[in-house]
This record gives sequence, C-alpha cells and structure tokens, in this order.
Amino acid sequence: MLKVQSPTTTKTLISPGRLLLWVGVILMVGFCLAPVLWQLLTSFKTNAAISTIPTIYWPNWNQLTAAHYIGLGGEFLRYMGNSFFVSFISTCLCLVVGAPAAYSLARLKIPGENIILGLILIVSLFPYVLLFLGLLEIVKAVGIGNNYIALIVPYTAINLPLTILVLRSFFQQLPKDLEDSAKMDGYNTVAMLQHIVLPMTIPALVTTGILTFIFAWNEFIFALTFITRPEMETIPVAVAKIGGASVFEIPYGPIAAATVLGTIPLVILVLLFQRRIVQGITAGAVKG
Amino acid sequence: MPLLTLENLRKQFAPDVIPVKDISLTVADGEFLTLLGPSGCGKSTLLRLIAGLDQPTQGQVKVGETDLTTTPPGDRNMAMVFQSYALYPHMTVAENISAALKIRKIPSMEIRQRIGEVADKLGLTHLLDRKPGKLSGGQRQRVALARALVRNPDVFLLDEPLSNLDALLREQVREELKHIFNAQKKPVVYVTHDQTEAMTLSSKVAVLLDGRIQQLDPPSRIYTHPANRFVAGFVGSPQMNFLALQSQGGVGTLGTLKLPLPNGLGDRPTVDLGVRPEDIYLTPTGEEPTLKGKVTLVENFGREQLVTVQFGEGSSKIRAVIPPEQEWSGDHVGLSLKAAKMHWFDSKTGDRLSPT
Repeated sequence: MLKVQSPTTTKTLISPGRLLLWVGVILMVGFCLAPVLWQLLTSFKTNAAISTIPTIYWPNWNQLTAAHYIGLGGEFLRYMGNSFFVSFISTCLCLVVGAPAAYSLARLKIPGENIILGLILIVSLFPYVLLFLGLLEIVKAVGIGNNYIALIVPYTAINLPLTILVLRSFFQQLPKDLEDSAKMDGYNTVAMLQHIVLPMTIPALVTTGILTFIFAWNEFIFALTFITRPEMETIPVAVAKIGGASVFEIPYGPIAAATVLGTIPLVILVLLFQRRIVQGITAGAVKG
Repeated sequence: MPLLTLENLRKQFAPDVIPVKDISLTVADGEFLTLLGPSGCGKSTLLRLIAGLDQPTQGQVKVGETDLTTTPPGDRNMAMVFQSYALYPHMTVAENISAALKIRKIPSMEIRQRIGEVADKLGLTHLLDRKPGKLSGGQRQRVALARALVRNPDVFLLDEPLSNLDALLREQVREELKHIFNAQKKPVVYVTHDQTEAMTLSSKVAVLLDGRIQQLDPPSRIYTHPANRFVAGFVGSPQMNFLALQSQGGVGTLGTLKLPLPNGLGDRPTVDLGVRPEDIYLTPTGEEPTLKGKVTLVENFGREQLVTVQFGEGSSKIRAVIPPEQEWSGDHVGLSLKAAKMHWFDSKTGDRLSPT
C-alpha cells in the first residue's frame, strides 16, 4: 500500500537557514526596541534602583514602583489632551487642504506645474528654527499668542509640502480607467471623488496623516515659544519642564514615565491603522 | 431606434498630434463594428470620443437623432468595457455591477432582479459577494462585461476587452462575446488590434491608420478586397506577399518572374502585386511554374507548412502555405499563383487597382 506522508511532519522540521533567519529577526527587533524598553524599565524603577551601579536589568519587586507615573499628576493628562487636540486638528487641516491640491496637481494639466511643485518643495527646505522668530513676530502682531491657532497653522503649513507630494504620487499611480469608468457609470465629479477615489485613497491619507500627527505631537520650539500659559502646554514642553528637587538632581524616573506616556498614543495610533497602511486596497482594480 | 452616427469627428491634441482625423460612420442596431488598427492609429481615442470621455475638436456624435457631442459620458446611456476592466476595488462584484443603476435611482427590487439575471447569464452568481481582488482575470473580465450588460445601454463600447486574457481563455470568451452581443440587438463598437477578433466577431470592420479609416466593410470583403496595401498587409496571417513589378508592354517582371498584367494596368511603369500565401501552390508536374526558387525556411504549423522561397537573382522572397502532406524534392521548388486571387496596388499611393 502506498503510504502518504502527512504534510505537518515536514513542516515541523526547521532548516538551519530558517533558524538563522529567525535569530536574525529577533536580534534586529531587540536592537530597535532596546531604547524604548530601556525607557519603559527606567520609568518603573525606584530612584535608588535607577542610580545603582552596576545597572539593574532585571529588578526585583522592591525595586519597582509606579510612583513616577503617579507623580506626574492629573495635569499630565491635560497636556496629552492639549497635544492631541493640536495634532489632530492640524492633521485634519493638512489632509483637507493637501489632498485636493495633490489631486489637481496629479490629474490636471496645469501650465507651470513643475514650478508649483518646485515652490512646494522649496517651502519644505526652510529649517523652521529660521522661521520661528519671524512667526513669533507675526503671532505677536496678530495677537494669537497663547492660542492654539498659533500652533495649528504653522504645523499645517510645515506638513503641507510632504502631504501634497506624497499624495500626488499616490494619485498618479491610481488607474485613470477607474475614474473614466465612474464617469461612464454616471457619477458626477463630486460623487466620483467621494465614492470611488476617496475609498481608494484612504491608505495614503492614513499614512501621511500619521506622519503629520507625529510631527505635530513631537514639535517643541513653536510650542515652547508661542504658548506660555502652563495649562496650555503640549507634551514635549511639559516633559522638558519636569525638574528635580534641586538643580543637582536629574529626574530620570519622571522623565522616563512622561516619555512613555507621551509615546503610547502614537503607538496605539500606528497599531490601529497598520492594516490600512500596509494593505493596498487598489489590488484587483485592474489586471495585476 | 438607437443608431450611432459619427460625423466628421476630429481630435487634435497639439498642432501635430491629431489621433483622429475626420471620421464619419454609422453603426446600426445589432451591428458589431470593430475598429481595427495598429497601436497609435487613433482607435482608442475614437472610442473615447464616442464615450464622451474626450471632447472632439470638431464633428458630432449622435445616437438616433439626438446630438450627444457635448453630453457628459454619464448621460449618454452608453456602457463601456475597459481594457483594464476598471472594477472598483473597494466594492463587491454585486456593488460593482449595480453602481450605475443605483445612480440612476432605479428601485432596488429591480436592481436585484437585473443583477440576478446578468449574473446568471455570465455565471457570476457565486461570486457576487467577493471583491475584485479575489477574482481571476477571466472572472474580472466577466464582471466588467456584466457591468455593461446590466445597464441595457443604447450603445456598447468595448476597448480591447480580451487583451489581458491568456490565449486559450481569449478564444473561449470571444465565442461567448459573439453569443451575448448577437442577442443584444444594439450597436456595438469594439476596439482591437487583433485581426482574429475583428474577423470573427464583427459584422463590419473599420481599419484605421493615422486617424483615418482605410476601409469600412464586412470582414469577408476586407479580406478578399482590401482597399489598399496597408489593409492587405494588416489583415490576414500569414501576411500577404507583396511584389513590386516592372511593367513593360502588358507584362510585369521581377527578376525571372514574368506575369501578364490584367487589362488597364499595363500603362504604368511599376505596379505592386499582392498575393496571399494560401493562394500560392506547388506546381503540379506537367504544368509550367509561375516562378522557381530556393526554399530558405519551412515553418510547420501542423495544419499547414509555411514555406519561404527565394527567387530571382535578387533577394525577392515569397511565402506560400502548403498542405503538410505535400513534399518536394531538393531545395528548389516551382510555385504557381492563383490568378483570380491576385491583388493589384498602385506602387505610389498603395490604392487598390481594379482590372477593367
């Protein structure tokens, strides 16, 4: 009788090449995550454990504490809220303004298109250290100091070039046949953009949106300069202002706790949308 | 009574880019018109003009008596199948098929019924809930077709719908297309560069070159009476042989080949002879061959063998289709040409010359 070998037995055999691959992957991931894990560890260690030499990598229960987090207090939630508000609004504005601009640049034959693109690129070349003094004058003149508009507008403006360029190249690779097909089906321009183009653009919108959001979330100089009222501060400023009991003490624990808290929303955001980012839903539109 | 009429259509993109130059034609109900031509001949542009996706620089597009030249594509009641299928990737097959109906505010009961009918006809019923990404090439092609059929349009437009299928499937779908559109009784305009599709599917073929119609005739007439050298060479595989003959006293010569010219063609200094490979045969014993030459290449297709023969002192070549069972001795053969199947063309303009 013929013996049929079950496929599962062959699968359990691990070839040396595969093993090497996985060891490599684990080492690489470990290397990349090490700073984050270190920060996380520091945020949970007691001050004594942090300053002990040799370094404690595997603390026991006595060396662990949540005091750094509790010490940040309720106002830290407020800073996170501030950051979230500013980042979210500027991201939305960026996409709402950038996407139509990118679409027109990708689809319409505009005379001097290259000049427009060049100008957009030039804007992104300005180091914003250079910009912020000028912007400070403008903020003062317009009288929007201590107002989130002073942050939202510059963040949007700084992120627009990236948004437009990324989305434009995305729109360019969207098959034009789809839009023609939609026109044949009887969609008018607005309905076509809404029902056909927009759903396919979501991965690109999410990707650029996250980049924009992260920029706004991390931004420091504008936030430090244009906002002076403590209750309106954003996370980077708040973290920078965490001080020790004396000038001789560096509060590693609280800073670590604050950075961990400040990072968590971004991690959640990326995890939430990673499928959208990774998966290209244009698959299957045209012969592939 | 939809009757698609094109009047003096012209499309100009730039002063020297004119893909469509002055094209007029009509397609009646139940007629299947194929626009055939090499790439860049303007056939796709012409289709887009009919669809309304591009605006003509000049001329009119009419269905029946209504002038649709400036009507947006969605209001023309024409359905189009794209070469890339252009299915909406984020919608299921059913949503793809019904998109155009929903926009036209057709009651959902009727939509469901019509989707059911067309899905049944094309064998898509079990795929209705899938997204296009999960379908094979042939299935996507059917969905694209279903999307056009479900609308009951006045005119069907198809832009190389078979070119993305593999050879075997293409043959099968070609057959299905013929059945489907025979039953539709609507004007169909079909764009292709594949002469087999053009010959088998259409009731009328328009051969295009450089934005102009070279010939507009039923497929059989295109084959038997090509209007000029280009059409003769483009339609038919293996390609027609062309021989440039010197004419003297009613006899055309090329090297050792001497042919009496038909009446009315003798007064030209040169004339082009076209003869299809299948109209050339091995000279039977006892007959005088039209030409003798050396066999340089034999391509065996199983059904037939294509023999390339070099003759005359120059490098004149002629190809002949010979039944596979026929053999010849040595590498020299005598060939005869069927006089009734010869085509004559003006050597300058390429136009067909009819013997008087």
